[in-house]
Amino acid sequence: MALTDTQRFVTGKAAPLTDFTRILRRLNIDGPLFGGLLLICALGLAVLYSAVGESTRLTMNQFIRLGVAVVAMLIVAQIPPDIMRRWTPLGYAVGLVLLVFVLTSGDVGQGARRWLNIGIRFQPSEIMKLAVPMMAAWYLHDKSLPPKIGQLLIVGVMIVVPTVLIARQPDLGTSLLIAASGIIVIVLAGLPMRLMFGLAVSAVPGALVLWNFMQDYQKQRVLTLLDPDSDPLGAGYNIIQSKIAIGSGGLFGKGWTNGSQAQLEFLPERDTDFIFAVMGEEFGLFGVLSLLVLYAFVIGRGLYIATQAHDTYSRLLAGSISLTFFVYVFVNTAMVSGLIPVVGVPLPLVSFGGTSMVTLLAGFGILMSIHSHRKLLPH
Amino acid sequence: MSLLSSIKDHHSERRLFIARVILASVVAIILLGIVVARLVQLQVFEYEHFAERSQGNRIRIEPVPPIRGLVLDRQGKVLAENLPAYQLELIAEQVPDIDETLARLTELGLIDAEDIPRLETLIDATPHFKPVALNLRMTPEEIANFAIQRPRFPGVDFRPRLVRHYRDGELVAHAVGYVGALSEADLESLEPARYAGTGHTGKTGVEQSFEDNLHGFPGYRHIVTNARGRVIPADSRELLDSLPSDAQPSPGANVYLSIDLELQRVATNELEGRRGAVVAMDPWSGEILALVSAPAFDPNLFAVGMTSAQFSELQQNPDRPLFNRAVRGTYPPGSTIKPMLALAALEVGATNLTRKSVCYGYFSLPNSTHRYRDWKPEGHGEVDIHDAIEQSCDVYFYEISQDIGIDRMHHYLDQFGLGRLSGVDMAGEKSGINPSREWKRRNFSNPADQRWFHGETVIASIGQGYMLATPLQLASAVATVATRGTRFRPHLVAAWEDPLTGERTLVRPERIGTVEIENEFYWDNIIGAMQGVMQGERGTARAIGMNAPYAMAGKSGTAQVFSVAQEDEYNEDEIEERLRDHALFVSFAPVEDPQIAVAVIVENGSSGSRVAAPIARAVMDQYLGVNDAAD
Repeated sequence: MALTDTQRFVTGKAAPLTDFTRILRRLNIDGPLFGGLLLICALGLAVLYSAVGESTRLTMNQFIRLGVAVVAMLIVAQIPPDIMRRWTPLGYAVGLVLLVFVLTSGDVGQGARRWLNIGIRFQPSEIMKLAVPMMAAWYLHDKSLPPKIGQLLIVGVMIVVPTVLIARQPDLGTSLLIAASGIIVIVLAGLPMRLMFGLAVSAVPGALVLWNFMQDYQKQRVLTLLDPDSDPLGAGYNIIQSKIAIGSGGLFGKGWTNGSQAQLEFLPERDTDFIFAVMGEEFGLFGVLSLLVLYAFVIGRGLYIATQAHDTYSRLLAGSISLTFFVYVFVNTAMVSGLIPVVGVPLPLVSFGGTSMVTLLAGFGILMSIHSHRKLLPH
Repeated sequence: MSLLSSIKDHHSERRLFIARVILASVVAIILLGIVVARLVQLQVFEYEHFAERSQGNRIRIEPVPPIRGLVLDRQGKVLAENLPAYQLELIAEQVPDIDETLARLTELGLIDAEDIPRLETLIDATPHFKPVALNLRMTPEEIANFAIQRPRFPGVDFRPRLVRHYRDGELVAHAVGYVGALSEADLESLEPARYAGTGHTGKTGVEQSFEDNLHGFPGYRHIVTNARGRVIPADSRELLDSLPSDAQPSPGANVYLSIDLELQRVATNELEGRRGAVVAMDPWSGEILALVSAPAFDPNLFAVGMTSAQFSELQQNPDRPLFNRAVRGTYPPGSTIKPMLALAALEVGATNLTRKSVCYGYFSLPNSTHRYRDWKPEGHGEVDIHDAIEQSCDVYFYEISQDIGIDRMHHYLDQFGLGRLSGVDMAGEKSGINPSREWKRRNFSNPADQRWFHGETVIASIGQGYMLATPLQLASAVATVATRGTRFRPHLVAAWEDPLTGERTLVRPERIGTVEIENEFYWDNIIGAMQGVMQGERGTARAIGMNAPYAMAGKSGTAQVFSVAQEDEYNEDEIEERLRDHALFVSFAPVEDPQIAVAVIVENGSSGSRVAAPIARAVMDQYLGVNDAAD
């Protein structure tokens, strides 16, 4: 069957190997995925430069972190999935121990214990962002799918324990994202439809439990969303300014570094969680849609890699990483545009900050490894 | 569970997986569609509304800097306060031609031509909509002058702010220190949120050491501005009503220093025209009563900002007015250490109270012809330890130095605080040198230099050679003699005051050491000899102490100057002046109930008893309240 050029591009099955593609393949790099990610990063840096008030120092800073994260991605891409699978339980166990350690003796920053200081300061919850879906996939790898109820319960525990530990730091946003990455594995493994509906229905009491877990400021954020303009404590300020920024950008935006909302510092957290609003203001609908298309392309490519994977572990893991990335994009953009409450989730690969970038790109390194280490035998 | 159902069916699992991926993709596309729809709603359908809101009046949060804590002296006299001043500011994006504007402001005398390159760099580095300060303190004439010309300068305006002001700047420059504009390095080390809206930070002295307590915490206020970022004060009140209430800044704590301003004044006047330092402290608490380094400078220059010419003049002045001699200047202590060495010699049995030596004006080590000379060429004749201190006989100390030995000298001088940081609550003090065999081994790399020679012990006994001490250390050491062996940490901060409640927290004296001289009799004798220096028949400083209405104990010192700075080579008179010995003097009073200990150093002052001692006497008279009686 002859493939069109587009099909070749999307599926990566280019017939004649050029030197370039040969090098990429030798390095276990997935061309389309790599290209998409680099475009997002480049666009992100441009927006960031504007958002940090044209500070070359901070932009350079982010550029260097980006470089470190890309190197991490390329290193991870060299590790065959079989090896990753074998080391998964150990990685998960280490992550759990570190989480307990954080709660007992972690560094306090901004009212929460999230950091651990062993030579370098880092958040063990970052390890869990990858370790939880890996562990769930590891457990289901040799099971006959769809999983049985007992097996689901075991995976459930594997997800809930780190989620609760992180929620207690407290870091509600991260704990929910990690729970989501585990739940996605279960859903992809074939969680029975009736159970899925059951889960959806139980989300209502679940939300009430969650409400009790929330700090006052978090509850306020939910209430604010429902009625931002009459907010007594001012939590609505962010959303109002963010909506003004996006809305006033119009179709084509006010131009790079010309957004008055962002440059005159009306928009809070403009270089971190609310950077999407800077983009909306300066590049308009055209700009934000371009970014969303790039995200969609990367996620689509990830899901395609998942469907092409040759074993259950790789398949579930690749699917979870791609869809979790989607969750990040959705939560951030929906939050900034005032659709859901303000939760502290950065816009992946664009917001200022280093640790999460390394984890994100390491995740894409796993996808590349899965794709390039496929066994050539038909299954 | 049947065996069949537990066997993996790879094809059906893959089909199931693909079905789930498709399901997830559909959900994702729907969710993404909602976001896109929302963006279209905001950016297309509601564009006009939001564009108008972004163009119209808007609210922003502006930090309100805290008021810096006051610095007061022990009587409550204000040393550092905050006064309103007007500063000239420029907002780059509103200025049609920056070069021309700066040139025209120079013509008006509002900025210095030499500052233009610096200002241009600053303007480039600042976001174009934010104000840059051009002139930090405008005089009333400058304000009037500019107000008339204002229409000619779009984007330039003046604005009130609080500026640190040092009322008696020169008098307390080295103790209080000064605040200066935040530097690049400051921005790296300080917490950005706390310094939002603050342009200055403590650079030296108390202002630096207690920056954290003095600075306070900023508040925030909401302001309404137009599209250009300009503040509209009274308009749109209803917009503000929907906002959170403003957060008040919390001011920095006020600090009461143990310094006495009048004592500073006396010491400064006495040092007029000289290079030197005076440190006075309360021996029983370590409270520093006066800390003067001369020449001083006007700290207001730093708070307000000075021209580059003014700054380089301060920096290149050969008298080094910016150098804090009181805590950073290290000098050979000379004979001022003799009372301490005498105590050590008595304690270790190197001499006793009755032993007498005959001084012929020089001393030689056994098997050596090298003569170590006394300051008095003809010699002091027959002297005991009391005479040796009173007349400052060097030969007596040369003799006993060999029996004490350098390591025991080091041991006892260390207990008086020489060679170690005093722990004063002020950054940058130097530790000086209290030499020993061990010290020499550690500080010289060449093995031949690491050996200790007997001759080095001889000159160490009169405070020469390697030995170096700061005026603060000498004050602390003589205070320790006054208390008969109890050493307190020298400190400048006497109390903190919460500016809101007026509540005061006293800083307690801290004992930091005891000198191991068990025999009270030794203290009596040595302090008696020090009183002899001032008020004895043959005392070296009897001219200064004889007529004092209180019992005064002291010891003069003269330290040789070893090197001359290169830039002085051309001026003959200058060389001569700078080759003279340093004059030192340490003392305390009243002898029976010590209330003040003073160390004085006058660089190139030649004679401790003639030049340094009168300064100490004047400071003591002021503190002990005998000035009026003398008049």
